[in-house]
Amino acid sequence: MRVMAQMGMVMNLDKCIGCHTCSVTCKQAWTNRAGTEYVWFNNVETRPGQGYPRRYEDQEKWRGGWVRTRRGRLTLRGGNRFRKLLTIFASPVQPELEDYYEPWTYDYKALIEAPLGDDFPVARPKSLITGEDTKITWSANWDDDLGGASEMGHLDPIVEAVNAARGEANEKIRFEFEKTFMFYLPRICEHCLNPSCMASCPSGAIYKRAEDGIVLVDQDRCRGWRQCITGCPYKKIYFNHKSGKAEKCTFCYPRIEVGIPTVCSETCVGRLRYLGLFLYDVDKVTAAASVEDEKDLYEAQLDLLLDPNDPAVIRAAKEQGIPDDWLDAARRSPVYALAKVYKVALPLHPEYRTMPMVWYVPPLSPIVDLLAKQGHDAEDRDTLFGAIDALRIPVDYLAELFTAGDTEVVTRVLQRLAAMRAYMRDVTLDREPDAGIPASVGLTEESMRAMYRLMAIAKYEERY
Amino acid sequence: MAPSTTAGSGIDGPAADALLKLGRFFTRWDETTDERAVFREGGRRGDVFYRDRWSHDKVVRSTHGVNCTGSCSWKVYVKDGIITWEAQQTDYPSVGPDRPEYEPRGCPRGAAFSWYTYSPTRVRYPYARGLLIEMYREAKARLHDPVLAWADVVGDPVRRRRYQQARGRGGLVRISWAEAVEIVAAAHVHTIKTYGPDRCAGFSPIPAMSIVSHCIGTRFIQLIGGVMTSFYDWYADLPVASPQVFGDQTDVPESGDWWDSTYLVMWGSNVPVTRTPDAHWMAEVRYRGTKVVTVSPDYSDNTKFADEWMPAQAGTDAALGMAMGHVVLKEFFVDRETPFFTDYVRRYTDLPFLVRLEEKDGAHVPTKFLTSSDLAGAPEAPEEAWKTVVLDAAGSPVVPNGSMGFRYAESGTGRWNLDLGDTVPLLTLEGDGSEATEILLPAFTAPDGSGSVLRRGVPARRVDGHLVTTVFDLMLAQYGVAREGMPGQWPSGYDDVASPYTPAWQAEITSVPAEQCIRVAREFARNAEESGGRSMVIMGAGICQWFHGDATYRAVLSLLILTGSMGRNGGGWAHYVGQEKCRPITGWVSLANALDWARPPRTVPGTSFWYMHTDQWRNDGYSADSLASPLAEGHLAGRHTADAIAQSARLGWMPFYPQFEQNPLDIAQDATDAVERGEAESPAAYVAKAWQDGTLKASIEDIDAPANWPRTLVLWRSNLMGSSAKGSEYFQRHLLGADNNVMGTESPETPRPTEVAWHDEAPEGKLDLLMSADFRMTSTTLLSDVVLPAATWYEKHDLSSTDMHPFVHAFSPAIDPPWEAKSDFELFHLLAQRLSELAKSHLGVRKDLVSVALTHDTPGETAQPGGRVLDWKRGQAEAVPGRTMPVFQVVERDYTAIADKLATVGPLADSLGFTVKDVTYRLEEQTERLAHDNGVMLGGAGDGRPAIDTDSKLAEAILTFSGTTNGELAVQGFETLEKRVGKGLADLARGSEEKRVTFAQTQAAPVPVITSPEWSGSETGGRRYAPFTVNIERLKPFHTLTGRMHFYLDHDWMTDLGEALPTYRPPVDMHRLFGEPVLGSTGELQVTLRYLTPHNKWSIHSEYQDNLLMLSLARGGPTVWMSDRDAALIDVHDNDWVECVNDNGVYVCRAIVSHRMPQGVVFVHHAQERTIDVPKSEATGRRGGIHNSVTRLLVKPTHLIGGYAQLSYAFNYLGPTGNQRDMVSVVRKRRQEVQY
Repeated sequence: MRVMAQMGMVMNLDKCIGCHTCSVTCKQAWTNRAGTEYVWFNNVETRPGQGYPRRYEDQEKWRGGWVRTRRGRLTLRGGNRFRKLLTIFASPVQPELEDYYEPWTYDYKALIEAPLGDDFPVARPKSLITGEDTKITWSANWDDDLGGASEMGHLDPIVEAVNAARGEANEKIRFEFEKTFMFYLPRICEHCLNPSCMASCPSGAIYKRAEDGIVLVDQDRCRGWRQCITGCPYKKIYFNHKSGKAEKCTFCYPRIEVGIPTVCSETCVGRLRYLGLFLYDVDKVTAAASVEDEKDLYEAQLDLLLDPNDPAVIRAAKEQGIPDDWLDAARRSPVYALAKVYKVALPLHPEYRTMPMVWYVPPLSPIVDLLAKQGHDAEDRDTLFGAIDALRIPVDYLAELFTAGDTEVVTRVLQRLAAMRAYMRDVTLDREPDAGIPASVGLTEESMRAMYRLMAIAKYEERY
Repeated sequence: MAPSTTAGSGIDGPAADALLKLGRFFTRWDETTDERAVFREGGRRGDVFYRDRWSHDKVVRSTHGVNCTGSCSWKVYVKDGIITWEAQQTDYPSVGPDRPEYEPRGCPRGAAFSWYTYSPTRVRYPYARGLLIEMYREAKARLHDPVLAWADVVGDPVRRRRYQQARGRGGLVRISWAEAVEIVAAAHVHTIKTYGPDRCAGFSPIPAMSIVSHCIGTRFIQLIGGVMTSFYDWYADLPVASPQVFGDQTDVPESGDWWDSTYLVMWGSNVPVTRTPDAHWMAEVRYRGTKVVTVSPDYSDNTKFADEWMPAQAGTDAALGMAMGHVVLKEFFVDRETPFFTDYVRRYTDLPFLVRLEEKDGAHVPTKFLTSSDLAGAPEAPEEAWKTVVLDAAGSPVVPNGSMGFRYAESGTGRWNLDLGDTVPLLTLEGDGSEATEILLPAFTAPDGSGSVLRRGVPARRVDGHLVTTVFDLMLAQYGVAREGMPGQWPSGYDDVASPYTPAWQAEITSVPAEQCIRVAREFARNAEESGGRSMVIMGAGICQWFHGDATYRAVLSLLILTGSMGRNGGGWAHYVGQEKCRPITGWVSLANALDWARPPRTVPGTSFWYMHTDQWRNDGYSADSLASPLAEGHLAGRHTADAIAQSARLGWMPFYPQFEQNPLDIAQDATDAVERGEAESPAAYVAKAWQDGTLKASIEDIDAPANWPRTLVLWRSNLMGSSAKGSEYFQRHLLGADNNVMGTESPETPRPTEVAWHDEAPEGKLDLLMSADFRMTSTTLLSDVVLPAATWYEKHDLSSTDMHPFVHAFSPAIDPPWEAKSDFELFHLLAQRLSELAKSHLGVRKDLVSVALTHDTPGETAQPGGRVLDWKRGQAEAVPGRTMPVFQVVERDYTAIADKLATVGPLADSLGFTVKDVTYRLEEQTERLAHDNGVMLGGAGDGRPAIDTDSKLAEAILTFSGTTNGELAVQGFETLEKRVGKGLADLARGSEEKRVTFAQTQAAPVPVITSPEWSGSETGGRRYAPFTVNIERLKPFHTLTGRMHFYLDHDWMTDLGEALPTYRPPVDMHRLFGEPVLGSTGELQVTLRYLTPHNKWSIHSEYQDNLLMLSLARGGPTVWMSDRDAALIDVHDNDWVECVNDNGVYVCRAIVSHRMPQGVVFVHHAQERTIDVPKSEATGRRGGIHNSVTRLLVKPTHLIGGYAQLSYAFNYLGPTGNQRDMVSVVRKRRQEVQY
C-alpha cells in the first residue's frame, strides 16, 4: 500500500441552479486575458446538450482517455505514447475554433463617440480573433436552458448513447414540450488519479502534485505540442493561442495552499460544492483503471479510496510522510463521506479510465405527468420510491454519465435521496420518524441524519 | 466487493515501456513505477504564474446597487490600484445551528460587475449633445446669464426642436463638470420660475439597492418642490392585491424562512433566475421533506427542482387558483369543518363580516359592508361609518374592535386590536332565521374577457332592517361550493366543465389536469392543517405583471388565508418582484422627502404620469367600462381611462402633476394674498373655490397644452428609456420628440375622453431637458441632453438592504472614481450649489401651493365612507379640501438655500418627528446624538444643524433615524403603538434599546436589524422574518377597513369592475380592444403570439445585458425564445433573425428555438436594449427597439381608487401598475442579411 492524498470535489447536481456564477468568478480570477478568451476552466452545461467544446464526449472522434487492450493493458485512445512521440510534429486530434467558439467583443466605443447621425448608435459584434465584424453563431454555453435543443439535442453524445442502448423496440429520448427535462452539469478539470493528459505530454510538462494530487501544466516546460488536449477526454486542457502553452484548471492551488476553497466552490451560490481530501492507494490505480467491464470501474475506483479511520491506512500514510493535519482533513473530508460512506456521489465518465476525482450527486427531477395522475405524493415514501423510474430525467441518461451505463447504481443513489426526504418529513413535522426508511436504503437513522446535515444544512466549515 | 482487476495490468505494452524509459533517461522526475503518473513536490517554478495572478493588495467590502433584491456582500480585489475581480463575502451572521446559512450570496451578474469599471462603454466624462451646447454657449455669450441663456434656447421653437430631434442620434460631446452642472441648474431655475416646480420631475427606483444615492437625489428634487415619480407600481412589481387584501404595500418573508415551509409552491416566480442567491433554500428545504410544486407555462429553471409541474397557460393562473380554492372550501370548510382554519378566518379575516344585499333584476346583489352607523341606536360619531359588523353565536350584531373606525378616533384609543373577547362570530348565516336568497355574481369566463352573470344563493338575515349575509357565505357562492337548499345554479361536481371555478372548468382554460389541481389543493391544505400553516407560495412577476394581476393574486392569496398560512414562519405568501425592502425606512423616507425641512412632498404614481405625458392615452383603444361587470352601476360608463385618472386626481384619490395650468408659486401667492385680503378662509379654501369656479384649471384636463408639460427630467440609478418605459416608442415620440417606431395611428373610432382636452396635433418633444447620470451607455444616456459620469458601486459609500435577508451592509470605495466620475451624492450637491447661486437673482424665497392626495395610514383614508364615488364637480358632493378633493398646503421654499438644506438635518425632525405608518418617532435626542456623531454645519440655512454633507454621514443619519437600526426608536415606536392597539408590543424590541447599527458596523460585516413597528414581522429571539406575524400573534390589526385581511372589497369601482370578490379574469383581449391580430393567426412567415417579458438570466433588468461576460455566456445580443412548433410555422430556425411587431413598435432579435417553450407565447427577456447588436428593422428601416418597444401602458381603473381605507394612495403603496404582460405581437421571419 502506497498512500497518497488527493484533493477532490463533489458537486451535488440536485442543488445546481445552473447560474454559472462559478464560471464567471473562475474566469474573472484566472482567464480574462489575451489568448484565453475562449478558455473556461469551469463551465456549466445544460444537459441534454452538446457540452463544451461541442460533443467532447464523442471519444470516437476526439480520441481522449484510455482504452483497455485485449491483453488487459491500458493504452491512450489517441495512440500509445510511443506512437505519439513519433508523430509529435503532426497536428493532434483536437477541437478547432468552431468546436469551441469564436470569441467576440463589441464596438462599444461607438455608443459614446458616434457623431450626430440619423439613427441610434449601436455596438456591433467584432471577432476577438480577427478584429473584423462578425456574426455570433456559437458560444461556450449556446444551448443553455435547452436553447436550440429541439434542433440540436440529438447531437448530445449521451442522447446518442442512450437511444442506441434502448434499441429499436423502445421509445427514444424526444425533444418535445411534454417530455422536457433538463439539469446542469458544472465541470472543471477532474484532477484524475490516472490522467491521460499527463501521459500524453511528450515534454513531461504535466505533473500531478505529490502532496494533493492537483494536476498542473508547468508553464516553463510546456512546448505547446497539444497532445494533452487530445489525451484529456473531458477536454479540460486549453491551448493559449497567445502564449502557445497549454493551460488548465489549477484547483486554485494558490488558495488551497493557504486554506481557502477554490473560487468555483466558495462562490457557488447553490452551495453544492464540497472539497476535501481522499486517501488512495497509488499502487493500485493502474489495476483499478484496467478492470475489464466498464461497469465495474465505479466500484474499482471506490475501492482505491482508503478509509482514513483505518489504523493500517493511517500507519501507511505516516510512513509516506503524510502529516497528521492532512490525515485529520481526510477524516473530516465531506467528499469522502459523500462518495464512500453515503455513496451518493459518482464519478463522471468512469469509462474513460482516468479515475476522475470530481464526483457528482445525480439530480432528482419532477415526475412525468402520467404518474402524477396516479397520485404521486412526496409524503408517501412508497410512491416516491416507485417514482424514481418515472422521473423526467431518464435514469439511463444519468447512468451514461456516471456509471458507464449501469442504471442500478444511479437508481440506488436517487432512492437514498428520496428516502432522506421521506424520513426527514416526519422529523420536520415532529412526527415519529420511521426507522424503516433509512434501513430500506441501507443506512442507519444516524447516518441518514448526518447525510442530511451535510447535504441540506451544509455549513461552510463542513463543505470544505 | 472489489472488482477483479487484470493481473499484469499496465500502460501500453512492454516495448513501449522500454523505449519511453530510454527517452526519459536524461530528465529525472518522480513517477509511478509504471510511468503512469508524474509527481512533483511543491514549490515548482511552473506554479509561479498562477501564484502571481492570485496576489492582490487589498480586499474591500462592497455590493451592487442593482435592482435585484440580492443585497449580496462582495469582496472586491484590488491590485496596484486597479480592481481585478470580485467574489462573494461569506461572513453573514449565522441564522442558527440547524439551518443553512446565507453565505455565499451572489450571482454571475454580480460576479461580472468589475468588467464595467474599465469597460469601453464606461461614461468617463460629462457629455452633452453638441447641437445643444453650441446653442447654449451662443446664447450665454450674448446674454451673460445661464438662466436667460437656457430660456433663450428653449424659448425658440426652432432651436428647441432641433436639439430634441437629435436625441438618440449620437453627437454627444465632452464638456466640463462645471458647464454640465450649470446647464442643468439653469434649466431647473428657468422651469421653476416660468412654469412651476411641479414641472421638474425625477425618477430613481428602489432605494434599498443604494439607500444614500437614492436619498440624496430625491432630497434635492423635493427641496426644490419637484415631483418624484413612483417605481414599484410603475414596474408592475407592486401586487395591488397587497394593499387591497392586507392594507400593506407588501411585506414578505426573508428567504431563510423558506426553510420553515413544509409545502412550497413557486407560482410565476422563477427562483433560480430571479432570486439566484436565495434559491438554495428552496433546493435544501426539499431535503427536510418539503414538497415543491411549480406553476409555470414553460419548463422553467425552477421546474428542475419541482416534484410536480403545473403547466398553466400564460395568464390563466387565477382559474387554477379559483379551482384550488373551490376544493379547499368544499373539503375543508363545508364537507368537514377544520377548526384550525375556521378559528383563523374568524379572527383574522373579513369572512364573518356582514355585507348588505340589495335587490337587482329580480334577485339580490351584494353591496356594502354593514357598519355600525347602519345599526339602530348607533352613536352619531363619524367613525361609526368605519366600523364593520359581525353576528355573534346568538345572532346578535356585534361591532368588534380593530376596524378602521377604531384607528384614528379618540374613542378607539386602546381598542384598535383583533381581540374578539367572548364573541364567536358566525361564519355563515345558515340555520334558523335565515332566508335562502338568490344572488347575482359577475363572472368573466369568456376568452375575450366579456362578463356574464352567475345565479347563486346565500343564507341571509335581516339586521335592523338590512338584508345581510357574511363574506364567507358570499365566498361559497362565488366559488360555486353548493350547500343544500341554496337557490341558483351550482356545479354538479368537480368534473362539471361548464360551471365556473371547478377543477374541470379550469382544466379547459389552464390545461392543468383537474386531478392534479384537486390533488395539489388537497395536499396544500392538509399540509397547512398538519403543520400549523406552513404552506407557502413564492409568487412573482409571471402572475403579477398582468393587467389583471391583482385578481390573480387575490385568487392565490385566498388559498393561503383560508388555510391559516398567512403570518406564519414557513407559511403564507412570498411575493418577490422588485420589492426590495429598505429596512432603515424611517430615516430613508423622511430624509429623501426632505421632511426635516418642508412637508408635504410631491410624489406621483409613475403609470398615470407617463400614460398621460407620453400621450399613450391618445392611442388607447377602449373605454374603462369595456372592462365592467354586467351588473355594474355605471360609475365608469363611457369613460376613457384618461377621464378616470382625471377624476381620481380631482377626488383626492391619486395625485397628479403638474397640478394646475398656473404656476403653483403664483397660486400660493394669490392664495395667501386672498387670505390676507379676507377673501378666503385659508389658502386651501381659496384653491378649492378657484378650481370650482374655473379660475384654476387642472393640468390633466388639458394635458397636451405646453403649460402642462413636464419640462425637466432627472434620471439617476435608472435606465427609464431602456428598461421600464412601457410603450418606450411613445416616450421617444411625445415626451422627447426623438426618432421612434410607433406604427399605429390614433383611430378615429377610439373613444375620446370627455374631461381631457383633445388636440388634433399631438405634441412631440415635451421635455426641455433630459439629464441622466450613469457609468455605462444606455438607451437613456443616448437619448439624454446631458450625461453625467457616475461613480460605480465599487467607488462610493452607501448602504444596502433587502427583504430577502435581515442584514444591512455597506458599499465602500475600492478605488476612487476614475476619470471624471463622481458619486450621485457629489453630483446633487454640485447641482444644489449651482442652483442656489442662480436662484439668488431669479427665484429667491417663494411660497409653493402643494396639492397631495388623501393618504393611506393617515386620517385622510377615512375621508370617503362606504367607498362611494361622490364627485364635487358633478354636484354630488361639496368641494372640501382633504375630504372630497386633494389636500392643499402652502410651503415656503428658499431657493437660495437648497444646498445648505441638502447638507443638514432640518428642524422639523426635532419639532414634528418622523412618521411612518402612522407611528410618529420623536427625534429630539436622536438629532442631538447625530450632531455629536456627525458634527454640525456652520452658517447658512443649516447653521448649527447636524451635518449630512458626506455620503457616510448621510448613511449614519439614515441608520440613526430608523427603528430597525436604532433600538431606542424601535422600543419608542412600539410604545406609541401600544397606546392605540391596547396590547403589549414593546417587548418585541425591549432589550435592544442599547443596540444601534452604525455605518462603521455595516462596513465591517452585514448586521442584523432590530424588530420594529416599521414592519409587520418579528425577528425577536432569532426567528426568521415572516410578514404579519405581529398581527397574528399580537392581535395588531391589518391596516384595512375591517382591520382584517379582506376577501371582499366594496368600493363602487371594485363592484363595477366585478372584482368585489376573488375571481378569474382572462388576459386582456388585444384583438377586441386594440385591433391587433387574433392570437395564433398566421400569414406568410408570420404568426401572432403572446409577447411575454420575463426576467432575464443574463442580466438584472438592463444592467449586465451589455456586459461582455454575460453576452459570452448567452447568445450575444437580443433574443426571443419561441417554441419549436411556432418556429416551424414561420420557417424559423435557431439563431435566425426575426422581428416582433405591433402597433407600438418593433423589436429585432435572433430566435432561440426550444421545446421547453409552450406553443403560443414568446419570451422576450426583460430589458434587452438597442445598444448591442441591434440592426435596422425591416418594418421601419430604423434601428430595432428595446423589449418595451412592443408594449404599451394599460391602466386598470380600480388601481386609481383612493380615499377609502386600505384603498388610499401612498407612494409606491397603491397606484396603477405599468403592466405589460397582456401584449401580443406578430412575429416575423425577416431577411437574414441585416444592416446596421
